[in-house]
Amino acid sequence: MNFDLTSTQEDLRGLARSFADEVVAPKAADYDVSGDFPYDIVAKMGDLGFFGLPFPEEVGGVGGDFLSYCLVLEELARADASVAITLEAAVSLGITPIVRFGSEEQRAKWLPDLLAGKRLWAFGLTEPGAGSDAYGTATRARHEGDEWVINGRKAFITNAGTDISAGVTITAVTGETGGKREISTIAIERGTPGYSQAPKYRKLGWHASDTRELIFDDVHVPYSNVIGVEGKGYKQFLGTLEGGRVAIAALAVGVAQACLDESVAYSANRTQFGHPIASYQTTQMKLADMATQIELARLMTWKAASIIDVGRQPGKYASMAKLHASEVATACANQAVQIHGGFGFMEEAPVARYYRDVKINEIGEGTSEIQRLLIAREILAPRGIRVEPNGPQGNGEKRT
Amino acid sequence: MKVIVCVKQIPDPSVPGELVGPAHTLQREGVTLVLDPGDEFGVEAGLALAESQGGEVVLVSMGPERGADALRKGLAMGAAKGILVSDPGLAGADALTTATVLAAAIRREGFDCVITATESTDGYSGVIPQMLAALLEVPAVTFAKSISLQDSTMRVKRQTESGTEDAVVNLPCIVSVTAGVNEPRYPTLKGILGAKSKPIETCTAESLGVALTGSTQQVADVTPIAARGAGEIITDDGSAAAKIVEFLTTVKVL
Ligand SMILES: Cc1cc2nc3c(=O)[nH]c(=O)nc-3n(C[C@H](O)[C@H](O)[C@H](O)COP(=O)(O)OP(=O)(O)OC[C@H]3O[C@@H](n4cnc5c(N)ncnc54)[C@H](O)[C@@H]3O)c2cc1C
Repeated sequence: MNFDLTSTQEDLRGLARSFADEVVAPKAADYDVSGDFPYDIVAKMGDLGFFGLPFPEEVGGVGGDFLSYCLVLEELARADASVAITLEAAVSLGITPIVRFGSEEQRAKWLPDLLAGKRLWAFGLTEPGAGSDAYGTATRARHEGDEWVINGRKAFITNAGTDISAGVTITAVTGETGGKREISTIAIERGTPGYSQAPKYRKLGWHASDTRELIFDDVHVPYSNVIGVEGKGYKQFLGTLEGGRVAIAALAVGVAQACLDESVAYSANRTQFGHPIASYQTTQMKLADMATQIELARLMTWKAASIIDVGRQPGKYASMAKLHASEVATACANQAVQIHGGFGFMEEAPVARYYRDVKINEIGEGTSEIQRLLIAREILAPRGIRVEPNGPQGNGEKRT
Repeated sequence: MKVIVCVKQIPDPSVPGELVGPAHTLQREGVTLVLDPGDEFGVEAGLALAESQGGEVVLVSMGPERGADALRKGLAMGAAKGILVSDPGLAGADALTTATVLAAAIRREGFDCVITATESTDGYSGVIPQMLAALLEVPAVTFAKSISLQDSTMRVKRQTESGTEDAVVNLPCIVSVTAGVNEPRYPTLKGILGAKSKPIETCTAESLGVALTGSTQQVADVTPIAARGAGEIITDDGSAAAKIVEFLTTVKVL
């Protein structure tokens, strides 16, 4: 076993690191304050090929591996989590389902601009009444002639309302067999009559990332806009989400690393009682714990990514990576503010932004509770014990 | 057109270096070698030139074989191939030996224009461009701020101490590029992945027909520069402005 990256992975990370330090970091604080979408940075990432990184050349991608994509996300998140999530949502949630399940025509129509970062595609799963219980979706798509007619709403959707947003793939109930709801994924282009986006939410963090509620009011789209197999939408995105979880883990590691870097620099400079606070053991132990936990989170992320790269489903390893990395990142942000004292509570301190930006990693793309449930399910399966989100009284529907 | 860009792999400048041996050369064993950051401007100028005319950039370098990794950065930025002259007999080579070897590699490859940095970040001798010009028997234009080419006439804006100078020169020629004159492009991700399959040809001094006769230049001694003084504080008694103007004039800023 060898934990070294390949020279190509090193080079890709090196580029992402320079780009993050030179292009992303200098603007992060301003974008955080203004809440403007970072169009200039997205355009540059597009030119360099970031949006096509983990996709094969046959579909127009760059042909890099999933681990390299994680390395890039970590570096970007170290500078600005909003930029990192913009890329992550575009790649893992927007482009991936089209690459994996899209028809030739769908790929030809949408992928070139999406892989070039010229346009963004969103994924709409969550609804006001269906979050962790995504199977509880109330959005409906009715088959009429050669069209779908869609009604419903989606909540907290990333990348759907920017000037360069091209559309969204949504989950909707398209039928029922044997009392079980059938869910399909359907693509809706921006500008389709009846499809509207609410104003941006005011958020605790990720200020520069675009998050909106989406409303579908008798939206007509061609029947051929189904992504993948009709009625199999639920199963499809459960698979897609696993990769997304590993990507969120990488993003969390990046924020955690930024917390450590700032804490090391600050504590080495800040003098109290005649010495730098880093010379006090209490601070040293905090830094050592942070560094250790971050390294463990990174290792788990790399392991899950390398499982994807050899062509297997990461399953519980994806959940473990996301669970551990997101909780470590929140703990690191907490300690980073503590190490900065009162200054850490000032918006002028980068760690204040990290503290606000970090919490969401424990919630988005499956909460920590849901990750634990998924891990427990895999562990207990051989014992015949069913782990269902609606408890042992559940009716056996696979809802997560 | 064929643009040769001379590049050097140097010990990572972000790590403090160490001088070793009687010739006071920088320690290259056991340290990470990177593309000289000053060379990125030359690579950028070369790529821009080749793109404007149609043509390709070939990187030429002399250094230890394991430093071939550093050439990959230039290949990832867009150069077509690399030539690395690597020979144990060249360890600690002086400027003239280096120029002789580079000139032989460049002559063998053929060129319309050779671009170099004005000096390397580790050695700082700053004489290679002119030596190359003499050995290749072509004109050298040094300290270029910008380059443009029409037909086979090259216009070069030169940075001088007192301002800029417009030079006109015919191809083939050598141009040395001042650091900071352009914005070296980031390699694209595709460029990085593609760089792996671009050729890096390694050769020895002998295969280029260069007989190594030993260094003609000796570095007799090296002393650290004196720590910078504290500077002068001018308190305004009505004459401060005049004093500052006088100071700026003596250091030729005005
Ligand atoms: C900034 C942001 C961006 C987002 N982007 C997108 C996007 O692009 N696309 C998209 O589809 N969604 C997106 N989401 C939605 C996100 O995935 C959901 O918020 C998340 O899945 C949780 O769902 P919920 O908010 O409805 O919380 P709930 O499901 O209501 O959960 C509330 C709490 O209850 C817990 N809980 C729920 N069920 C159980 C159970 N069975 N056992 C134990 N605990 C349980 C949860 O873990 C949580 O702690 C985004 C959210 C945010 C905040």
